[in-house]
Amino acid sequence: MKVTVKLFASLRKNRFAVDDFDYQEGATVGHILASLNIPEGEAAIIFINGRHAEADSLLKEGDLLAIFPPVGGG
Amino acid sequence: MEMIQECLGARAENGLISLSTQTWAVQHFGLTFPAVEEAILELNLLPARYQRNQRSLSCRQQLSLFRSKVAVIGCGGLGGYIIEELTRIGIGHITVVDPDTFEEHNLNRQLFSKLDNLGQPKVAVAADRIKEINPAVTIVPVQDAFTAANGREIIEKIDVVADALDSIPLRLELAEVCEKCNIPLVHGSVGGWYGQVATQFPGEGTLQKIYFRYSGERGVEKDLGNLSFVVAVIASMEVSEIVKILLGEGSTLRGKMLALNLLDTEFTEVAF
Repeated sequence: MKVTVKLFASLRKNRFAVDDFDYQEGATVGHILASLNIPEGEAAIIFINGRHAEADSLLKEGDLLAIFPPVGGG
Repeated sequence: MEMIQECLGARAENGLISLSTQTWAVQHFGLTFPAVEEAILELNLLPARYQRNQRSLSCRQQLSLFRSKVAVIGCGGLGGYIIEELTRIGIGHITVVDPDTFEEHNLNRQLFSKLDNLGQPKVAVAADRIKEINPAVTIVPVQDAFTAANGREIIEKIDVVADALDSIPLRLELAEVCEKCNIPLVHGSVGGWYGQVATQFPGEGTLQKIYFRYSGERGVEKDLGNLSFVVAVIASMEVSEIVKILLGEGSTLRGKMLALNLLDTEFTEVAF
């Protein structure tokens, strides 16, 4: 299934801003983070099609997955 | 009070009261600067310092801001710019909270830090700065770390709280105290070329949603540091949110977060 992944802020470094990937049916957010070498702690906010998602959320064909790192400085 | 009002009314020029007249009234009537400021605004006149606010903010709105209380939690990068802008826009009461003193590595972005105040408490320097700019502002400096234990006492009479902290766990504590005290919180944070702003009203738990997957103390700023212009942009957006909440004007980021990527010039809004 095709999933569009959009990375934000410093997650783009040595990766990409937005790209399409083929994943197996039943892939979760956690699987995709692992395939992109993004440690769980570096993915603070996750949205699927604009809705708040978690590591065990399932993806389906055509989904847009957006991943933000934690930003905490002042 | 009638006499003061008559005197002020007689000295107004095009609806404006000059700083020299305001200072004269303070001395002549033995009043505080804030008391004279309030008397001017109640007459639907404007202290001349706010002349350039006039086309965007009415006298009544300027009076609302004067009667508002804002707490700035953290007086570092974000806090410095937030305090400066709140002071200049005419917020009447500003509580500033920070346990730290200025250090050399603050000079790249913290507005109030300079060579001759390194080692001095940030809240004391901020209080001096406020007095230098706008004597109508009442300042409450708190040289202490904000915690769940002392937080309620610090913010219970506050109208809006500004998050200018540099620690994720402390932010979550602040958000919880704001929820318990029924006070809106404007969140801002920065790291490298990136920053974010969000507005949380009581019961919305927005900060919990922003950070719920993260258990560490720091975010990307740990590796990327903080840049002056990113801090200034995020701080200014926080002040804009605060002013809109206080005036009940415009559309805020309530229940949303705006993520700024200044490296790629991308602004992304997400809703929780």
